[in-house]
Amino acid sequence: MYVYDAFDRTLVTERVAEFRDQVARRLSGELTEEEFKPLRLMNGVYLQLHAYMLRTAIPYGTLSSEQLRMLAHVARKYDRGYGHFTTRQNIQYHWIKLAELPDAMADFASVGMHGMQTSGNCVRNITTDQWAGVAPDEIEDPRLWAELVRQHVTLHPEFSFMPRKFKIAVGSSSHDRAALRTHDLALRLHRNSAGELGFEVLVGGGLGRTPFLAQTIKPFLAKRDVLSYVEAILRTYNQFGRRDNIYKARIKILVHELGPEAFAKEVDAEWQSIKDGALALDDAAVDEIAARFRYPTYERLDDGPPELAAARRANRSFDAWMSNSVANHKVAGYAIVTLSLKPEGGTPGDATAEQMDAIADLADRYSFGEIRVGHEQNLTLPHVAQRDLPALWRALAAIGVATPNVNFISDIISCPGLDYCSLANARSIPIAQEITRRFHNLDLQRDLGRLHVNISGCINACGHHHVGHIGILGVEKNGEEFYQITLGGKADENATLGTLIGPAVPYAQVADVVEDIAAAYLELRQRPDELFIDTVKRTGVEPFRERVYATR
Amino acid sequence: MTSPLEQKKLKITGPVVVTANRVGDGAVVYRQTDGGWSTSLDAAAVVTSAADAQELMHAATADDLGAIGPYVAPVKLLPGGHVRPGNLRELIRLGGPTIELPVAFQTEHQSDKLAAHVRL
Repeated sequence: MYVYDAFDRTLVTERVAEFRDQVARRLSGELTEEEFKPLRLMNGVYLQLHAYMLRTAIPYGTLSSEQLRMLAHVARKYDRGYGHFTTRQNIQYHWIKLAELPDAMADFASVGMHGMQTSGNCVRNITTDQWAGVAPDEIEDPRLWAELVRQHVTLHPEFSFMPRKFKIAVGSSSHDRAALRTHDLALRLHRNSAGELGFEVLVGGGLGRTPFLAQTIKPFLAKRDVLSYVEAILRTYNQFGRRDNIYKARIKILVHELGPEAFAKEVDAEWQSIKDGALALDDAAVDEIAARFRYPTYERLDDGPPELAAARRANRSFDAWMSNSVANHKVAGYAIVTLSLKPEGGTPGDATAEQMDAIADLADRYSFGEIRVGHEQNLTLPHVAQRDLPALWRALAAIGVATPNVNFISDIISCPGLDYCSLANARSIPIAQEITRRFHNLDLQRDLGRLHVNISGCINACGHHHVGHIGILGVEKNGEEFYQITLGGKADENATLGTLIGPAVPYAQVADVVEDIAAAYLELRQRPDELFIDTVKRTGVEPFRERVYATR
Repeated sequence: MTSPLEQKKLKITGPVVVTANRVGDGAVVYRQTDGGWSTSLDAAAVVTSAADAQELMHAATADDLGAIGPYVAPVKLLPGGHVRPGNLRELIRLGGPTIELPVAFQTEHQSDKLAAHVRL
């Protein structure tokens, strides 16, 4: 956990007071909606179809049990008893009243949380791997660097009114769990040939109307230079990014139009003028932030305690969950546990206040009081002693978050879609729910293996459909909901954008199409362990296209 | 559904209402003939010409403290004077999400709305 200091606490408390005054002036008529809208957006307050929506940041996806209880409290007191975990390590409340927003924000501020920069044309919540600090394949905890950049860009006046929003992700593992290449800017910590640690810098990624994967503009950046180089990128974007056309305003368009090499030259020219100035990091500054990250005092334990093996033999359901939802930890005797927020027929990413409270209690008992939020809209308990796994599983199952479907076809990423969102063209959640019902048989899901279905209700792509193994995009045709299907997308270290397989299909046929695609895969794969994504890569989309449209 | 946020020019081909979100809680409201707002679509002022719609819009836009983001939405007129939404987006705005909200917090009110969706 990162421990905030007095400066952080003052900042969020002052912001609450400022927003309380702004809300009062809006409700009295002193501020018009035109004047108030940019102010509320700076605090993560949107207006959706039915109500105001509050988006609160969970920086780099790390929550304390105290903070998770606060998420539950806000859900219960100010909303309708649940919250929605998003694809960018935020939580959203969909039914919040304007007059109560300042109180909700004050409650969040009491645990160091806020909605600043979860909207607007600024640097958004900086995301990372939900397994940060515990993944065996990690070089170094990436949250240190996420926090360092977060501190620099928070309320930074130069970067509060950029051409468009700006999303940054940081990773440091060989396997990318943070969808780095879908971000405006990605920092990937790695070791160069001399064995030194530094960052690969990638820019220009983003999904939405015009999807691009981020391109490398600097293969190796020394740690000391990370702030100055990020600043140079932001300045270059601020100067050259388009402000005349919202659809061409993201940095991905600038990088695409200039080309990565030319963009890198512009960045480098800016960087040379600032790299040895105040933003050059010294060890003391980094150490100060690093010291604020507190790590558990792990027990000395051995991997594979006998009681765990016995429990797996004794209970098939527990064994299935162990195989699916429990991952190796970098510390012997511990495990990383993913809590599926994707029950059959449920809304992906939703959790009730009761579930959040219960998970906070379980985190205290079994995970040193720490919880993580992943971009796949599931939660993680990052520090569970392996001997505790049977008891933890029973407790998680009792609250409905132990479905052993992580990374399977029913572990769907979905935006809120037309059921909530004012931008959406079509519904996402009912599509996701129907797919989970069609594939409720876990043996079938296991047979299908790793298969990511991502659904967006409009071209803005909050559901990351471009990088789903099966991507589903809702569009409108003559007032009816239709859905485009793409195949072969992926968001990991070998990120790829999916390929459209053909004409959009109507709402009622989407789950049928997914079943056809799954059936085609089972026939086409060369071996049981050839993953869906590898089959698509080998065969292309044509055999799937033929199967889907043969009878349509 | 094409977002009314992109609505630029009024083209009226049937009955329409002016709808917006209430300032205090963001609830969906409809402009009434008397200049007020109602959460009941049946209470909305229904017009069928661009001139009448523009007049409603003009008054609604001026009422910045009453509701936010007014726009013209299509409706269907049913026998008995009832008014129904003209497309899925408006149906969802009126009735709420087409999905069940988390069960523990499902209120009777929401259940009624869901039932209304099924009927529609």
